[in-house]
Amino acid sequence: MGSLNAEHQLFQQNPVTWSWEQVYLCSSRILEIIAFDELKTDYKNPIDQCNTLNPTVEKVKKIKRVKIALKLVLPEYLIHAFFCVMFLCAAEWLTLGLNMPLLAYHIWRYMSRPVMSGPGLYDPTTIMNADILAYCQKEGWCKLAFYLLSFFYYLYGMIYVLVSS
Amino acid sequence: METSFDNGSPVQNWMQFPSGYGSHPPNYSAPSGHYSQVPNKAAASHLDNQYRASYYPTYYSSPAQNVMTPSVGTSVLNTQESQQLYNKTPHTVGSAEGPVQGAISSASYLHTSAQQSYSAFGNHYSTSVSSSVASQGFPLNSDHYAMPVVSSAVYPNVSYPPAAPGSVYGQAFTSQSLPVVGQVKETNKFSSQSTSVPHSLQQHVPVGYNTTLSTTSSAQSVQDNLCSNLTRSVAKVNNQINTEKNLSLSISQKFAIPKAPNLNNFPSPAIDSSSTTSSASPVLNNYDALEGGGYPETRSVTSSPVPAPSVPQTSKASKPFGYGYPTLQPGYQNAAAPTPVQPSNPGHHPGLQHYPQQYPGVNQLTSSIGGLSLQHSQQPESLRPVNLTQDRNILPVSSVPAPVPNLNSDLRKLNCSPDSFRCTLTNIPQTQALLNKAKLPLGLLLHPFRDLTQLPVITTSTIVRCRSCRTYINPFVSFIDQRRWKCNLCYRVNDVPEEFMYNPLTRSYGEPHKRPEVQNSTVELIASSDYMLRPPQPAVYLFVLDVSHNAVEAGYLTIVCQSLLENLDKLPGDSRTRIGFITFDSTVQFYNLQEGLSQPQMLIVSDIDDIFLPTPDSLLVNLHESKELIKDLLNALPNMFTNTRETHSALGPALQAAFKLMSPTGGRISVFQTQLPSLGAGLLHSREDPNQRSSTKVVQHLGPATDFYKKLALDCSGQQTAVDLFLLSSQYSDLASLACVSKYSAGCIYYYPSFHHSHNPAQAEKLQKDLKRYLTRKIGFEAVMRIRCTKGLSIHTFHGNFFVRSTDLLSLANVNPDAGFAVQMSIEESLTDTSLVCFQTALLYTSSKGERRIRVHTLCLPVVSSLADVYAGADVQAVVCLLANMAVDRSVSSSLADARDALVNAVVDSLAAYMSTASNLQQSMLIAPNSLKLFPLYILALLKQKAFRTGTSTRLDDRVYAMCQMKSQPLVHLMKMIHPNLYRIDKLIDESTIHVNDRVVPQPPLQKLSAEKLTREGAFLMDCGSIFYIWIGKNCDNNFIKDVLGYPNYASVPQTMTQLPEVDALSSERTRSFVSWLRDSRTLSPVLQVIKDENPAKTEFFQHLIEDRTEAAFSYYEFLLNIQQQVCK
Repeated sequence: MGSLNAEHQLFQQNPVTWSWEQVYLCSSRILEIIAFDELKTDYKNPIDQCNTLNPTVEKVKKIKRVKIALKLVLPEYLIHAFFCVMFLCAAEWLTLGLNMPLLAYHIWRYMSRPVMSGPGLYDPTTIMNADILAYCQKEGWCKLAFYLLSFFYYLYGMIYVLVSS
Repeated sequence: METSFDNGSPVQNWMQFPSGYGSHPPNYSAPSGHYSQVPNKAAASHLDNQYRASYYPTYYSSPAQNVMTPSVGTSVLNTQESQQLYNKTPHTVGSAEGPVQGAISSASYLHTSAQQSYSAFGNHYSTSVSSSVASQGFPLNSDHYAMPVVSSAVYPNVSYPPAAPGSVYGQAFTSQSLPVVGQVKETNKFSSQSTSVPHSLQQHVPVGYNTTLSTTSSAQSVQDNLCSNLTRSVAKVNNQINTEKNLSLSISQKFAIPKAPNLNNFPSPAIDSSSTTSSASPVLNNYDALEGGGYPETRSVTSSPVPAPSVPQTSKASKPFGYGYPTLQPGYQNAAAPTPVQPSNPGHHPGLQHYPQQYPGVNQLTSSIGGLSLQHSQQPESLRPVNLTQDRNILPVSSVPAPVPNLNSDLRKLNCSPDSFRCTLTNIPQTQALLNKAKLPLGLLLHPFRDLTQLPVITTSTIVRCRSCRTYINPFVSFIDQRRWKCNLCYRVNDVPEEFMYNPLTRSYGEPHKRPEVQNSTVELIASSDYMLRPPQPAVYLFVLDVSHNAVEAGYLTIVCQSLLENLDKLPGDSRTRIGFITFDSTVQFYNLQEGLSQPQMLIVSDIDDIFLPTPDSLLVNLHESKELIKDLLNALPNMFTNTRETHSALGPALQAAFKLMSPTGGRISVFQTQLPSLGAGLLHSREDPNQRSSTKVVQHLGPATDFYKKLALDCSGQQTAVDLFLLSSQYSDLASLACVSKYSAGCIYYYPSFHHSHNPAQAEKLQKDLKRYLTRKIGFEAVMRIRCTKGLSIHTFHGNFFVRSTDLLSLANVNPDAGFAVQMSIEESLTDTSLVCFQTALLYTSSKGERRIRVHTLCLPVVSSLADVYAGADVQAVVCLLANMAVDRSVSSSLADARDALVNAVVDSLAAYMSTASNLQQSMLIAPNSLKLFPLYILALLKQKAFRTGTSTRLDDRVYAMCQMKSQPLVHLMKMIHPNLYRIDKLIDESTIHVNDRVVPQPPLQKLSAEKLTREGAFLMDCGSIFYIWIGKNCDNNFIKDVLGYPNYASVPQTMTQLPEVDALSSERTRSFVSWLRDSRTLSPVLQVIKDENPAKTEFFQHLIEDRTEAAFSYYEFLLNIQQQVCK
């Protein structure tokens, strides 16, 4: 558990950002899942939906709920990448190893996105395809689980360091 | 015809029949005693009675019995009469009994008219009793025997009016046989059940016709349209609608008046409607007559002062709805003990159900004899194992029929026409596991906005829908009692609204199951303002024309402007119709056509980076107010740019401008583009590497290069604007990117490779013909289409040109009659607790007349639990079309090689799965069920199709275009594209013929698509859907060349020949009538091309011979061996 010492240092460097970001990751995933569920159950037009999920440069139409939090995909990827960089700096090899597959997945996912001029991941014309929608939903749940587990793992690490110091 | 009908008021018609009427009353008065003569008959009606009584204990029993009396009298009359006739020889009848003779003559008179308008109708509904007598007692009677049956079937319903003297019927009377055959052929053509059996059909016509037994198809169509006829009887046809060949029923608020039909109000509209209907063109009228007919019957119902005689119909008509499906289930599911009086199968058409058996070719029908299950009967024809490697002649003689769902006869007759609505599996597997086992895709093929000559249009203030799933009421719902109906999709019990209780057809109260909505599986409802988000938009057309050097060089402008000028008055629309023009090269030109200007004013916007509209109000102008200016512009346009040196094309900015112009109203943008867009937003670069055209490895760039066009399309779709793309280019134009603009805005795509007005006359002619159709065809604006299905099924993926708004809702900015859609389905919950599933598509659109309308199609299919039944119901054409759609998606998202593998695997898996179920088969052979025997052939054809072929040089745009076609064409056209029809046409005189509209049309058999069938002595016609090739062998009979082609010998036939001359010879006449018959059956009029041996177009022709080996692809036999290898692995 020596590595958690470094975690502690990381935590001490920027404790507010750390916890906030992890919470953000979880909540963003939840919201994304909700968003796809809304799509599936017919509440929303896919154009609006993709506009909320994709960080479009143009002004997005007013969205009923969780307006800010829904512009998620890219911030999520960036925050996760930022985490990884921090772990790398802190030489947290175990934690970094745990996060590397997800980072690689994110990179792959962004590389293989549909042809799009702006940033973003979801294409309104194909999102309603049952396979793609199901895939996005499943992806959402898996990532949510991963973020939750890692949240508790980091929390445990933090408390462990706090207690042992 | 119109006039004659208009003049004939009901009163007059009544007067015409004193003698016939007089001869009958005695018969009427002698009722029950004759029962003994016709025991079976009597039993049937008796049972009906009882049955009905038990189901409608309180309401129905007493009136029904009362009412039944006349009908019993009727049947007695029939039988009595016909028995008399039977016992005596025909001529004695004629001479001896004056009154009877009168009856006969009037009968035959009536008969003619009845046929003109569905004789079988009367048979089925009013006195099915008499029909069973006819079919059983006199199966092979001559005309004279049977006719009285028909007529008397009609008589009790007081159908004197129909024999409107001086009308067309009078003429038809003299030449009975000819129209009949022609009409049967009509059915043949349109209702695909019978398409397979034109010859036998023809032979059987006398029987079927005279006994009014008719064929299944005609009976079905009769049933289908029964209510439209009835509908029409109360209909008020306004001219507006009539022009669209629709019949409008204004079931106005009057319905609410219970049991007090206003006799004075109704008859005259009734007559109006009938007359307007029959005033359609002769062709349509014939068709009307078969599919929509029943005027006599109709009118008798409406104009008879006593509605009572029509009530017995209720017993028949109510059968499918009178009780819930649960009671029906035993009827289909365990045929083990089909009691003689199966409720679901009231035994009134024994002859009818066995009739199909007489056709050896109609394999599907056999499986559904009696509408009972497969398991207990002998192995159905569709499951007959076919050894593919040995059986070489698997092609049917004429076109492949759609399989008929294994439903009971009542439901089958009510079911939606396979032309509009087809399912890949006509027997739906119970669970997803079973579906996975069968390895066949489950999906629907839709052609929802098809041109229909016969469509019941209903105006009603409350559109009855299920309260929970919003399903429209349809023929497959069940009425629990008088006041409640159970939704067939979600099983919720709903109330029947008060208004719906009134039946406008009989003008009686309390017959919700006889309403047109419940009698037709395809109806059109006029929607109220609840179905509008904004006032219905006017028809708005915007033409965006490329005028760069390239475009002027190709010379398409002349053709487009000419076609527009010719069809300006035929553009669908009303007084609000608006039209506008934009041209573009490196700048964008607008045309101010505001009324009052002396000549069109051109406004040039050169700032293409930030496009704006110079005068937003006067660019889209009212077609009628500014007609002169528009004509001036169209006349001037082709010459305005003749000397242009501008080679660039700013398509993107022009489209943006068009979008801005259209967004306040919505409408249709037609874009004509001749090259790669090279300026401004949306510019594209050439991506095609000509050296890779025949690559067998990877085909790249099937997807778009930019999302500009897709985004634009989505914006357009949001503003109810569709973009139709006409690409007329000689070079690569990146259709893959450009097509997006139409794909997602529900537009359509036309592509004319190497178009040139003089160097390529075939393409020029094709453009001309396509434009004519394009400009004049029906159009629906601001449309949405929702597909609902029985609980447990769900929609997986849609294919076609549209934007998917939610899991079951498609947003279609425009909808056109040539657009087809495909839907993949999946089974989410087990369907064990139901025996039927239904699919309903509802297309809500604004007609060009500014009316909001809903077109509803409902399809009902049985559920099966065994794998064999799933195979028995497979519809191979639908399966192949759905697979083609899926393969297009796959090749764009993954790769072409993947898609090809998937196609081959589809065959291999399904055949392997089939062979593993049939254990008694030899494993070393390649066996397919009869229903799937064409599957490998079609898949091979797909693999050799431009879209999916490898190894043969294919231009990228051609390939992408073929893919676009696969996604957006309806099934009929797609099948022609995949597997063209080949006929030998040099000996047409010897072929059997059918009669269509007094024309003799030869019916040569289908030939295999193989060079072995081509002989140098023959001439062959290949029907590829959009093009006809006529290939002439070197040693072809000189007489044929002289008579048909109009040239003395083979050598003198020119290389480019696109028309058959009118030569006064029998073979010429036959050939031309055959070609025009083929043309009539589709909406796009194909171009004809005559090919000699050394013609460059020869390769095109030979590419379609898919059973042959090419350097890059298997022959059919090799392909089979390859599959066999994989199956046995």
